[in-house]
Amino acid sequence: MRPILMKGHERPLTFLKYNKDGDLLFSCAKDHTPTVWFADNGERLGTYRGHNGAVWCCDISRDSSRLITGSADQSAMLWDVKSGKQLFTFNFDSPARSVDFSVGEKMAVITTDPFMGLTSAIHIKDIAANPADQVAESKLVIKGPQGRINRAVWGPLNKTIISAGEDAVVRIWDAETGQLLLENDKEVGHKKPITSLAKSTDGSHFLTGSLDKSAKLWDIRSLTLIKTYVTERPVNAVAMSPLLNHVVLGGGQDASAVTTTDHRAGKFEAKFYDKILQEEIGGVKGHFGPINALAFNPDGRSFSSGGEDGYVRLHHFDPDYFKIPSI
Amino acid sequence: MALERPGSVYKQPAKLRWGELDDDDGEGLEFLLPPRQVIGPDANGIKKVIEYKFNEDGNKVKVTTTTRVRKLAKARFSKRAMERRGWAKFGDAVHEDVGARLTMVSTEEILLERPRAPGSKGEEKTTGDPLQLGKGAVLMVCRTCGKKGDHWTSRCPYKDLAPSPDSLMDKPPGSDQVVQSGSIKGAYVPPSMRAGAERPAGSDMRRRNEENSVRVTNLSEDTREPDLLELFRTFGPVSRVYVAIDQKTGVSRGFGFVNFVNKDDAERAIIKLNGYGYDNLILRAEWATPRTN
Repeated sequence: MRPILMKGHERPLTFLKYNKDGDLLFSCAKDHTPTVWFADNGERLGTYRGHNGAVWCCDISRDSSRLITGSADQSAMLWDVKSGKQLFTFNFDSPARSVDFSVGEKMAVITTDPFMGLTSAIHIKDIAANPADQVAESKLVIKGPQGRINRAVWGPLNKTIISAGEDAVVRIWDAETGQLLLENDKEVGHKKPITSLAKSTDGSHFLTGSLDKSAKLWDIRSLTLIKTYVTERPVNAVAMSPLLNHVVLGGGQDASAVTTTDHRAGKFEAKFYDKILQEEIGGVKGHFGPINALAFNPDGRSFSSGGEDGYVRLHHFDPDYFKIPSI
Repeated sequence: MALERPGSVYKQPAKLRWGELDDDDGEGLEFLLPPRQVIGPDANGIKKVIEYKFNEDGNKVKVTTTTRVRKLAKARFSKRAMERRGWAKFGDAVHEDVGARLTMVSTEEILLERPRAPGSKGEEKTTGDPLQLGKGAVLMVCRTCGKKGDHWTSRCPYKDLAPSPDSLMDKPPGSDQVVQSGSIKGAYVPPSMRAGAERPAGSDMRRRNEENSVRVTNLSEDTREPDLLELFRTFGPVSRVYVAIDQKTGVSRGFGFVNFVNKDDAERAIIKLNGYGYDNLILRAEWATPRTN
């Protein structure tokens, strides 16, 4: 396959997300402008100007009309996808790290970093159908975990929040009361900070990637460990194929150590694993730096990766890929 | 060709010379026929094509083909996605320079690199060696000739011929230990003086490693010892394969050595594999010269 290279960002990529129909790809980077691309040919559709810091995360409503972004400028913003206009700004006292719309887009979960004596927090906001009615107040604020919360997503039926972060523990919270419901078993859990979390398409399980060079597959309700994928490098990004039983792990050595070794030794590959057998299927090379973001097209026929090198690489799979035997 | 342009069809007979026509045996007469007609497709998607041609007896035949045309739905995009296609650009994308080339197709073909190449399953390739019996236990590996599943090292048919890669292999265990303990002390004992050295000296002057040893250079980084063995064993029994690995990075340094049991095999291997393309690189195979120091 010949990947499409998109060089719209001047700083390392942080997050990638497709919309529900899989025709738009949203990219966030440490430069201040999230960008939207056509997912088939990689043409740039537009940029969302307004943030004043690195943009860490984004989410798109199911009908592809709203975009929410979380940024290090201590704000999260709602955008009109079509025009690139800002609709609303949620201000915080510390950088916003992760954002996620609930099913139905009536709520959003936003996590904020520990900053200037503040601890990290998970904020749940009501999202109004009409941006004019939007209020800034949090419906619920959950505090507790030590260190940064790198990712928080909604659980089944919007009843729970799943969070993971620097303390290497995956937690499930009650989205109504803010109570801690479950913590993963320390014995089988990650040993180092969790960098990424991705839900399966049906929302029954999710995958976490960690700097301990492994990714783990968990049941979203019981938080039991299902599978572990072991790799050679810290994992920065994970994604699950919606079509085949494949998981993709992206990572590479720490960005600060990149210049000290040969680029081949850095292992800046997107590694494909069989979801069930936990065996490596293959790797896709190309980035000149660690992979920070991975996303699968909802049709499962293409995926994109974003690297520390500032490139988004959009890969449309060859027919051979779909012939890889699986059980 | 003329069939496509009905206007020109009827002009041509004027210029026609019948004498010339006879030469092509009636084949060129097709422009005398009425033009092809296409009717439809109508509301039901029925399309009619009327063609005329000569049959074998030279009679004019009318052929009517009726087909149904179905419009394939654009399966790839939903209606809303199609609508989004037409959206106006916004933000920085509005003033995009033509020369900015933000989106490029990679010039490099990237493959999903499989950890095991799909073609290289096990040892199924026949090496053309009559000693290769069926596929036995894979664990049984002969250290003398490198065969798998055929015989144990002690039963190797090349045992006597082979300069055993491990110099102590054939010797009784007692002497083995003597040498071992000697080497631990650090005192150097020349091979001919060691206990259990039953070979006549002279022939053994060179270091054992360099006997029938072929140096292979310009190997690709991915080449490992098994690959080299696979490549060289077709020429004859191989007693040792070595690929130099950089200890720091763990990456191959691009050269290696292969020791053959027979000198003839080594020679053939050098002739065949010197200049052989392997993993996009051109191999160099030559006799390994003993180091000067």
